[in-house]
Parts: sequence; C-alpha cells; structure tokens
Amino acid sequence: MIRADHISKTFEGRTVLNDISVEFDTGKTNLIIGRSGSGKTVLLKSLVGLHDVDSGRIFFDDVCYTDLDFRGRKSIRKDIGMIFQGGALLDSSTVRENVRLPLDLFTEMSESEKRDRVDFCLSRVRLTGADHLYPSELSGGMVKRVAIARAIVLNPRYLFCDEPNSGLDPQTSVVIDNLIHDITKEFNITTIINTHDMNSVMEIGEKIVYIHEGHKWWEGSKDDILLSENPELNDFVFASAMAKRAKSVAR
Amino acid sequence: MISLFENIGRYFMLLGKVFSRPEKLRIYNRRIWFEIEALGFNSISLTAIISAFIGAVVALQMAITLESPFIPKYMIGYATREVMILEFSSTVVALILAGKVGSNIASEIGTMRITEQIDALEIMGINSASYLILPKIVATVLFFPLLTLFSIVVGIVGGYAIAYFTGIMIPGDYVEGLFYYFEPFSITYAIVKGAVFAFIITSISAYCGYYAKGNSLEVGRASTRAVVASSITIMIFDLILTQIMRV
Ligand SMILES: Nc1ncnc2c1ncn2[C@@H]1O[C@H](COP(=O)(O)OP(=O)(O)OP(=O)(O)O)[C@@H](O)[C@H]1O
Ligand SMILES: [Mg+2]
Repeated sequence: MIRADHISKTFEGRTVLNDISVEFDTGKTNLIIGRSGSGKTVLLKSLVGLHDVDSGRIFFDDVCYTDLDFRGRKSIRKDIGMIFQGGALLDSSTVRENVRLPLDLFTEMSESEKRDRVDFCLSRVRLTGADHLYPSELSGGMVKRVAIARAIVLNPRYLFCDEPNSGLDPQTSVVIDNLIHDITKEFNITTIINTHDMNSVMEIGEKIVYIHEGHKWWEGSKDDILLSENPELNDFVFASAMAKRAKSVAR
Repeated sequence: MISLFENIGRYFMLLGKVFSRPEKLRIYNRRIWFEIEALGFNSISLTAIISAFIGAVVALQMAITLESPFIPKYMIGYATREVMILEFSSTVVALILAGKVGSNIASEIGTMRITEQIDALEIMGINSASYLILPKIVATVLFFPLLTLFSIVVGIVGGYAIAYFTGIMIPGDYVEGLFYYFEPFSITYAIVKGAVFAFIITSISAYCGYYAKGNSLEVGRASTRAVVASSITIMIFDLILTQIMRV
C-alpha cells in the first residue's frame, strides 16, 4: 500500500500538485490518468522522492517515507522499480548490463546466479536474443521491455510506471499493459501506472485516479468511470469522436 | 554574483556526494578502467600532435630570437625544455583537454540527466553522483600527469625534429641544451599541475552536466559552460600553483 497524505508541490510559484490525498492498493494495478500537463509525472516522482514535496507526507506501507533520511530512503528504494516515460536505459551499457546493474550493486549473487536472474527477467518480458544490443539499437517497444525487466530484477514490492505504452502501436501497448498487470498479480506488487490511454484503463485499470490541473478530481473503478457524471472526467474519457458517438448510441 | 556563489556552493555539495562512501569498490574499479580508456587513451593522439608542433615552434622561435654570437647555441634546447616542463605541457594541454574531455563529460552527464537516466539510478538506490563522477575524477587525476609527461617528451622531440630537418640549428647543440642545468623538482611541479588541472576539468564539467535541465539545447549550453568555467579556473590555479610552488 502506498498512501499520499495532503501532498502539494510548487515549481517557482506555480502549483503543480494541490493537496492530493490518495491511497494505492497492494496487488493491484492503480492508474493515474489525466491530460498532458496535469501533473501525473510530478505526482509519480513526488511519490518516489525524486521531487521533494512542499507539504504533506507519503507512506510506503506503514513507513513514512517523507520523514526518512538518505539512508532510510535508500533501503526503501531497493524495493522500488520504476519505468520512466522515455525508458531511461543507460546509453553506454548493453541490454544485459542494464538489467544486471542492480544485481551487481546490491546483491552478493555469483556470476551464474546473476546470469540466470537476468535471463529470467528478459524472458519474462519476452525479450531474448537482444542481450548484447545497446539502447540506441532497440525499438521503442523493446526499450520499454528492457526497462520493465530492469525494474523487476530485484523483486520490487512497489512498481511505478510513467506512461509505459506511450509511443507504441495499439497491439504492443496491450502486450506491455498485460505484462505489467500479470507481474503485479504474480508477485503481489503495489503498481502505479501513469497513462492517458483509455484502452489501458479499460484493460487493466483496477483503481483509477483522475488528476485535473494538479487536483485529485475523481477516483473509482473502471466500471464507475463510464457512468460518472463528472464533466471534466467525461470530457477526458470520451475525448475521441468514436467514444462520443458510442456513448450517444448507447443512450 | 549571487548566482556565482550559489554555483560554488552547489559544486561543493556535489563533491560531498561524489566522495561519500562508494557502493561497491569492485564495480568502481571496472568503471575507472573504462574511463581511463575513454577519457585518457583517447586523448593521447591529440596531445601528441599538438605537443609535437608546439615543441617545434618553440624551438624554432628560440633559434630565431637567440640569434646572437653572445648566446650559446645550447640555450635553444634548454629554453625549449623549460618552456615545455614549466608551462606548456601542463597548462596548455589542460586547456586543450578542457575543450575535449570537459565538453565530453558535460554532455554525457547532461544527456543522462535530461533523459532521466540519473533519476533511474537514484531510484535504484544508487548514489548517482558518486557512481558517475568518481570514476571519471580518479581516472583523469591518475592519467593526466602521465599525459603531461608524455607531452613534455613529445614536445622536446618535436624541437629536435625541427633542428634536424631545417638545419636552422645543430641537433647536437639542441641535445646538449636539454641536459643543461636540470632541476628535477620541475618534473614534480608539472605532475602536480597535471593532477590539479585534471581534477578541476573533470569535476567542473561533471557539475555542469549534472545540473543540466530541459532539453538537448541545454546540454549544449552545459558543455559550453563546462569549457569556459574550467578554462578560467585552470588559469587562476595556474597562477596560484606557480606562486606557491616556485622553484
Ligand atoms: N522540474 C520542473 N520544473 C518546473 N516545472 C515543472 C517541472 N516538472 C514539471 N513541471 C510542470 O508541471 C506541470 C505538470 O507536468 P507533468 O510532467 O507532471 O505533466 P504530465 O501530466 O506528466 O504530462 P504528460 O502526460 O505530457 O507527461 C507542467 O505544467 C510542467 O510544466
Ligand atoms: Mg508525464
């Protein structure tokens, strides 16, 4: 469980997160949705501590992350996996080295144990035979898969994904979504995903939080979302012409 | 002026992070070797070319300037050696490398910053400043003094070559000058300078990259800032070191 308690964040006088309180459940894929620029990435980075919040507190299970010092945070960070919007693979390392790095730094595994673990994670994201390629030689979908493999290599308890399927074709998007969903269930992870893809919402959304201009505007399940009367949420959900028509036909 | 002090403050805070206890020494060893290759070996040819030419030009210039029956001919070799050891090899090599190594470091780390690679390291619980910057500092501080010595040798050979090929002076006189009144401390002086300048170039450039934000334009600006800031700092420290280590 991850809980934000009245967190706010300002950049040079501009409020980006405004008094957000929200709880994300263990073993579920929790989705944060909202328009571009609404503050999703800032919220995610605030939760993991890459941005310091101006006020409010963040809890990882029962530990108040906000109050921890560098060392305390470090011990929690070993339980965190994160997939960045652009993948954020290390350019100067191969696929294998990227996935292996956390093992090199934080475990006492032998060479063969490390090799097995990396192989397992790469096959888990269905990426084999690309071990020795560099990030610049990968397609967008492959980058995301390597990022997922790296994020899960230390068996995280918390998984953060910033638009894991942006820039991918619809089929690959579904594959990536399902992958994250399956991993969440398999290892009982608290997963938080940023997205503005309604397909993901309908496919894997278990708990959905809608952010609007830095405020938490709405939260609920994917069944509630279609019936919601909230005008801003409706605009967001039914933004595409097709969705609008489908809705009017249904009525 | 305030922003200058702010930058200096942040620079020292970053250094504090860089020198806090490293994660695993074994990993660092590997990265240091990697950086010695990337930053050191790859600078050898540039250093060789420029040092050879400057050595030749200095010797030629001395030969023309010291064209007088009252000045012994071996003074040409002597002066070339002194100029290479005392000033050219450490300072000018450092300035040239600030342009190559400094901009390379700033743009590499700057790109890692804006593509969230640094955030990714932080999230894994890695001290990104130490992981990325410490190996570069160790590699250059170890390797630059060697590069300085190499530059001295190549410069002196360049001077010999010009004597040999143009006949403007007698090579034998030049060589005699090379051994005239040699003060071994001047080599120590050159090595210390090489190490200090290496530290300055690497740490300032890394700082400029580490705090880059925005897009690729900003990475370009960060690397320009790195070159300018490290060059100016080198000149200041050149003056200070020359004063305190006066032979
Ligand atoms: N480091 C920063 N400094 C200043 N302002 C920032 C910073 N990061 C984000 N912002 C601002 O915060 C707002 C929210 O940005 P954020 O990146 O969270 O949007 P987002 O919802 O993730 O959008 P997208 O879907 O396009 O990724 C934007 O207006 C942005 O300009
Ligand atoms: Mg975003």
